[in-house]
Amino acid sequence: MDTPVDIQKGIYSYAANPKSVEYVGLPYPRQWNPIEEDWQLPENWKEIISKGFRERLDRFRSVKVFMDICVRCGACADKCHFFIGSGDPKNMPVLRAELLRSVYRNDFTTAGKIIGSIGKNFKKIIGARELDLQVLKEWWYYLFQCSECRRCSVFCPYGIDTAEITIMGRELLNLIGLNIDWIATPVANCYRTGNHLGIQPHAYKDMMDFFADDIEEITGVKVEPSFNRKGAEILFVTPSGDIFADPGTYTCVGYMMLFHYLQEKYGFDITWSTYASEGGNFGFFTSHEMMKRLNAKMYAEAKRLGVKWIIGGECGHMWRVIHQYMDTMNGPADFLEEPVSPITGTKFENAKSTKMVHIAEFTADLIKHNKLELDLSRNDHLKVTYHDSCNTSRGMGLLEEPRYVIKNVCNNFYEMPANTIREQTFCCGSGSGLNAGENMELRMQGGLPRANAVKYVHEKHGVNMLSCVCAIDRAALSSSMEYWVPGVEVTGVHEMVGNALILPGEQKRMTDLRSEPLPGMEDDDAE
Amino acid sequence: MYSLIAVIILFLLAYVGVKFPGGEVFFGIIIPYLALIIFILGFINRVIDWARSPVPFRIPTTCGQQKSLPWIKSANIDNPSTTGGVVVRMILEVVFLRSLFRNTKCELKESDKISYEWEKWLWLFSLTFHWAFFTVLFRHLRLFTEPVPACVQLVAKLDGFLQIGLPGLMLSGVALLAAVTFLFLRRILIPQVKYISLGSDYFPLFLIFGIAFTGILMRYFTKVDIVGVKEFTMSLVTLNPHVIKGIGGVFYVHLFFVSVLLVYFPFSKLMHLGGIFMSPTRNMVNNSRAKRHVNPWNYPVKIHTYDAYEDEFREKMIEANLPVEKMIAPETPEEPEEKE
Repeated sequence: MDTPVDIQKGIYSYAANPKSVEYVGLPYPRQWNPIEEDWQLPENWKEIISKGFRERLDRFRSVKVFMDICVRCGACADKCHFFIGSGDPKNMPVLRAELLRSVYRNDFTTAGKIIGSIGKNFKKIIGARELDLQVLKEWWYYLFQCSECRRCSVFCPYGIDTAEITIMGRELLNLIGLNIDWIATPVANCYRTGNHLGIQPHAYKDMMDFFADDIEEITGVKVEPSFNRKGAEILFVTPSGDIFADPGTYTCVGYMMLFHYLQEKYGFDITWSTYASEGGNFGFFTSHEMMKRLNAKMYAEAKRLGVKWIIGGECGHMWRVIHQYMDTMNGPADFLEEPVSPITGTKFENAKSTKMVHIAEFTADLIKHNKLELDLSRNDHLKVTYHDSCNTSRGMGLLEEPRYVIKNVCNNFYEMPANTIREQTFCCGSGSGLNAGENMELRMQGGLPRANAVKYVHEKHGVNMLSCVCAIDRAALSSSMEYWVPGVEVTGVHEMVGNALILPGEQKRMTDLRSEPLPGMEDDDAE
Repeated sequence: MYSLIAVIILFLLAYVGVKFPGGEVFFGIIIPYLALIIFILGFINRVIDWARSPVPFRIPTTCGQQKSLPWIKSANIDNPSTTGGVVVRMILEVVFLRSLFRNTKCELKESDKISYEWEKWLWLFSLTFHWAFFTVLFRHLRLFTEPVPACVQLVAKLDGFLQIGLPGLMLSGVALLAAVTFLFLRRILIPQVKYISLGSDYFPLFLIFGIAFTGILMRYFTKVDIVGVKEFTMSLVTLNPHVIKGIGGVFYVHLFFVSVLLVYFPFSKLMHLGGIFMSPTRNMVNNSRAKRHVNPWNYPVKIHTYDAYEDEFREKMIEANLPVEKMIAPETPEEPEEKE
């Protein structure tokens, strides 16, 4: 804790654009630069943080308990992908928590006050310190090197959750306008246009029309998704990354084909929304309040359109928010009905209050009831492994549903080593708003443990496709694979569903959804 | 270092202190009573303080399959969907240190493979430490009860089943000392653990080492007058305290160390004893989608409504054939300012 913070290029992310901060009415929007000495802080910043800290201690038992009970056994240390990848001791989860804890001991505990009054040198013994500019900078630097993945929390004998600490720390930093731009601007975009990428309604529809053309080219079938349609039975919300960022777009194509298939066969009735066109929630990386403000659109839109329930697409932290926060924040959703699959009649009892079902749960149920016609050989060119997204595994427990779907749409599936999957899964390295460009070194460091496990199955089984159920994963792992394990591509689970699904009236498919030739169709340029 | 010095000073304080007139009353009666009161009030106060903060969200760390579709087997202990599951999870956590049992050690192998091997030593010694400490504490009930309950006698019998030496060797004492030594050594030998260790981590280790050491010293070496000790402890229990002559300095050091530990307890990380029960990531049912969890301080927030959204994009939406709530009025509203 004595080593002064050294903010390094490649690790830190750029400061928030003041326009974005201002747009959503968060405090102290200004131009500032992390590597400059002066951060243009408000004069009373210490007072603001101190007051904010007190408030959060009184509001969250988690913070209060986690501040007090850590014994520093060190079990969490080598569980963090950022520590494993960077070797920076301050990336050990215990020290990330000590960032806040040291100030907490100094300002809010009896022991800290007594010891502090004896003399400054004694503070070190109990790990207490005063919040000064250096400490603040250390907070900022290291709280934006945590992806809130909760892996450390699995191993902690008290369940201390560093994500909880990071969330509070970032809330405090936001009180004095210290966000990073890769979070702040998506938040502002999402607030205004409904999605992080700032896609306006007409462009959203254009993009989907474009995908529809692709589907027609590949399958000969014209699909027609509907938007903002009142009276539909189900609303579909997915991360906007699926609409605009490869390879997530192919996952989006997969959803469109699935919905079209169900509509033709069983009269399935679903609508997309341009207003609630974002599943992800970067507000979660800003503050609880911002999370609630962005999340509110889902229920608001469901109510406006008069749907019965909601299906959510493949995304990680989106699902942590939906599963653990949404109903509490913006519920009760008493204007919706308990979700029942119109095709199989399955009641989704586990979602009867929140009324939102994960698409992997939905599709797994369809497959179990033999409702999909699938040609698995169309995924035969893929040797697939599956990356559990942090949030769906440790903040929900969605482990088997996606695996069941994958195993039923493709023939070659290989698991990564046991200590790197399921609840022990490693973060892609870019979660919780760290998927920027300027911090690429940090992202590649954090991505190392995951990539290393992929490399293992790549070499052992020839795995060439890394599947996942998270939009950030699809973007982040693509870069990480390119850097660490060339030869492995990234896919969403529903892209593989789309590949295998036999649409009514389709032509003989020559290519997969990426327009690459299917096995046996390579005519001229064999791989 | 400071912590070691502190414990040595405490040792001398008690050892020398009792030799002064009134020292035995001070270290034998006043300090222990005071310490016990501080411990009890401090402990309760801390737990109440935690309990005063609400748990606004249902945030269990899920370590297994959720309960979703009926044909998928869920992990009701590691990802509890019922209160029963939570109870079992907590029992495993508190009694067997379940999460620590998962501990792995990350190592680089063959220059480019990262391996995560099961690391059982921390778990094993932590478990030993806590169980040994508990057993020792439980055995001490024989000094505070008359007649001594059968269960206490049974535990003492089991503890000494090796029947080595006279007085019979108690395993728990040795185990406690060994475990404390291990926990201390890993703090100074494993670089990352050394880096995170604070004075307040070493202090209780030294103190507990001191308690175990003086205890063993009295039992096997200085052969403390156990009848006298019992007479004294019973006088404390019956709130009729009086000093018994000739118990010896080591006993007072032992008692003083225990008193210091009691006072230190509520103000330190040792409160993990109480905190573990209140940890929201462990003691909650993962059923937040099935059953609504209420946040007592949930407050309304400003949101960007659909109407505001449509007002901004209506023209473009109509052009793209997207349904709208309101058609455009004859006098087209001014195009809102484009952001960026």
